Amino acid sequence: MTVTTGGPLPHATYDVVIVGAGVVGCAIARELALHPRLRVALVEAQDDVGQGTSKANTAILHTGFDAVPGSLEARLVREGAHRLAAYAAESGIPVEPVGALLVAWDDEQLTALPGLAAKAEKNGYEDARFLGPEEVYAREPRLGPGALGALHIPGESIICPWTTTLAYATQAVRGGVDLHLNCRVRQAGTGVLHTTRGTLHTRRIVNAAGLGSDILDRDLGHSDFTVTPRRGQLIVFDKFARELVRHILLPVPTALGKGVLVTPTVYGNVLLGPTAEDLDDRTATGSTPEGLALLRDKGRRILPDLLDEEVTAVYAGLRAATEHDDYQIHARHGQGYVTVGGIRSTGLSASMAIAAHVVGLLAEGGLDLGVRDELEPVRMPNLGEAFPRPYQRPDLIAADPAYGNLVCHCERVTLGEIRDALASTIPPGGLEGLRRRTRARAGRCQGFHCGAAVRELLEGRRP
Amino acid sequence: MRSVDVLVVGAGPAGLAIAGRLAAAGAGRVEVLDRETTAGGAPRIRRPRAGRRRAGAAERAGAVVRTGVTALGWSGPLALDTVGAGGHETITARAVVLATGARERPRTAQLVAGTRPAGVYTTGELLRAVHGYGQRIGERAVVVGAEGVSYLAVATLRTAGVAVTAMVTDLPRHQASAVRAAETRLRRMIPLLTDATVTELLGHGRLSGVRLRHRDGRTTTLACDTVVFTGDFVPDQELARRGGLALDPGTRGPAVDGAFRTSREGVFAVGNVLHAVESADAVTREGEHAARHVRDHLAGEPWPSTLPVLVEPPLRWIAPNRLAPADACGFVLRTTEVLPRPLLTVTQDGRVLHRQELPGTAVPNRPVYVVGHWVVSVDPLGGPVRVTARRG
Repeated sequence: MTVTTGGPLPHATYDVVIVGAGVVGCAIARELALHPRLRVALVEAQDDVGQGTSKANTAILHTGFDAVPGSLEARLVREGAHRLAAYAAESGIPVEPVGALLVAWDDEQLTALPGLAAKAEKNGYEDARFLGPEEVYAREPRLGPGALGALHIPGESIICPWTTTLAYATQAVRGGVDLHLNCRVRQAGTGVLHTTRGTLHTRRIVNAAGLGSDILDRDLGHSDFTVTPRRGQLIVFDKFARELVRHILLPVPTALGKGVLVTPTVYGNVLLGPTAEDLDDRTATGSTPEGLALLRDKGRRILPDLLDEEVTAVYAGLRAATEHDDYQIHARHGQGYVTVGGIRSTGLSASMAIAAHVVGLLAEGGLDLGVRDELEPVRMPNLGEAFPRPYQRPDLIAADPAYGNLVCHCERVTLGEIRDALASTIPPGGLEGLRRRTRARAGRCQGFHCGAAVRELLEGRRP
Repeated sequence: MRSVDVLVVGAGPAGLAIAGRLAAAGAGRVEVLDRETTAGGAPRIRRPRAGRRRAGAAERAGAVVRTGVTALGWSGPLALDTVGAGGHETITARAVVLATGARERPRTAQLVAGTRPAGVYTTGELLRAVHGYGQRIGERAVVVGAEGVSYLAVATLRTAGVAVTAMVTDLPRHQASAVRAAETRLRRMIPLLTDATVTELLGHGRLSGVRLRHRDGRTTTLACDTVVFTGDFVPDQELARRGGLALDPGTRGPAVDGAFRTSREGVFAVGNVLHAVESADAVTREGEHAARHVRDHLAGEPWPSTLPVLVEPPLRWIAPNRLAPADACGFVLRTTEVLPRPLLTVTQDGRVLHRQELPGTAVPNRPVYVVGHWVVSVDPLGGPVRVTARRG
């Protein structure tokens, strides 16, 4: 098992190097790890996996009901969602099949619902059903006044995006993939990657560089798409808000644009967002006073009581939008290169199918995958409130009292969980990585009580 | 399941004081739980000896103090589910006392936009980092707030070798002692920027600055690698809320009457969970005083029905915020505006119960104390009691 965070890179030539350890890159690495004869590396510019678009999304496992029918995205989301649901159950990734309601607040939205239902059917999703206002309020009693009806998509789920990415990466590393962190690609050519940590030689390059995917693509002589970062600001509300909402409340897209959604999270919070702002700056991951005010205005209409609850996090993610409506997955067989670009907000749902598709393209291009083995199943620590957390498990505490020793009180994170994360296959690079692995410091006090103690554990001094 | 006579949640000054008094008065088995590994509550961070002294006094009086035990929630009106390294346990009591204290609201709850860099603290986290662990903090800090605790943050930063660039408050003046404010500004040369709000945090990885918006609309940026959000205290009322106790919309803590009774028979609340925040000495006196009411309850005194006490702007909250007929208590309140020589009026159904001009100036984030001798003239069958204030 190899995870490097600094120092020189191996000299030997890899069979495949994947650039970008987001949810898509990690899924591809895991898929390649099924072939033990391949020598594979996953390189990431930042100090952890899933540090870009993958960490700051709406955490929904989509059915793909609203994709463009016949598109590659539609197919991969549909296939990927099924695969990920099964994988999540096997790996302990928290998923809650809460279902979604597309709530219509005006006549234009109401008239758009039948078209969306027809689109869902074209995408092979047949469970969409129209609900009248009475049934909408019966399902969501705390919804603001004025809902005219809704389309119910029972198959939409909520999921933990961090655990998903980490599960893929953990299985990949345990399966023999080298993960090189803090390794930014400066320049690329056929079979060679010049990085901040030295040069890597490889027979194949897979570009899963997300927001940087068009830049890498140009290095290799292609200009099929341009990434325009689309910023999505989101507000996370305290766990006391969880009882206010039962479904994912999706906006109805109309000519006037897409609204914001309100959704529970698997951690028991409620999420409000995202904004959609097209930017030039690929590092503009800050929220803005205007964005937060806009979200609060829209949220007040959807779920008025939500605004009375405390905000426990505000974040902004950049989606790798392009000028195209579909994913930009292209194989350049002569060059030993596959681009996996333009993977927007559906990347999490589609990740496993994208990975299978990309590995198929590599094989088509002549990569000898060799034998295929099963990977050792991975069991991830549970961050979901719908499943028993360690502090709730007498069996665990009896075996090891550290699981009864609460360090982060708001999120009820135990010393045992923090210790496990620090000793895991891919340990966190800092407090933020530890938070994504354990939820330590993610609650309403944001470290007022436990912040210093958690930092002390991370820095390895004393409990 | 185990039974005790009195179960106190929170081993801070208020919880330890009430537990000590009750145990000394022969109230039976009195047990105090605290989720932290050491007793003493918030003051112990800077003064561990004072925390040990208070816990020792409660134990000598006969109370049992158990640390590292978290009260997770309620499994009955007077039964709490707990967890600790020893496992799970449900504890029932004849009386439960919530003394869970208060905390500062962090940057997120204050909706400060921007990036999510390292170097963002509350005073609570800063104190623990510096006094508890001797952690490295940074080079240059901005302190948000200008109340008593903000000056404590400044002193702590200086102890840790951090230069303080400025203090920032959205109010027109500081809200601390005049001596301390003047000393910090003139002798330490730390500027106080008034009428200014921190709107955005800047920097990737590590904080690089904060953006301010001044009342006149100007925006400026202060370079710093550390920012401390101070004050803006709220009660740690999670357990009260989980138990479905009535909360006061002003204090956001459990609503209580003059005898510290909550909306549930047998459940009391004391200390800064009622009024964020008062000094350790003040909540110690409160805990000692509240013990008598718990004893009266254990002796069979009925749980009375109460009237609400409401405040109107510019007052923010009042505690206690319910009244029972036999209550004899003082009140503490907060204002959102600076009020020189405020004139306070207490009415019920349009009838004036009390009028009082307070000496000095009422300042936001600082306590205003009001006498309660007028409580005897409240009509127990009448409407809510209303408290208003205006400039004198």
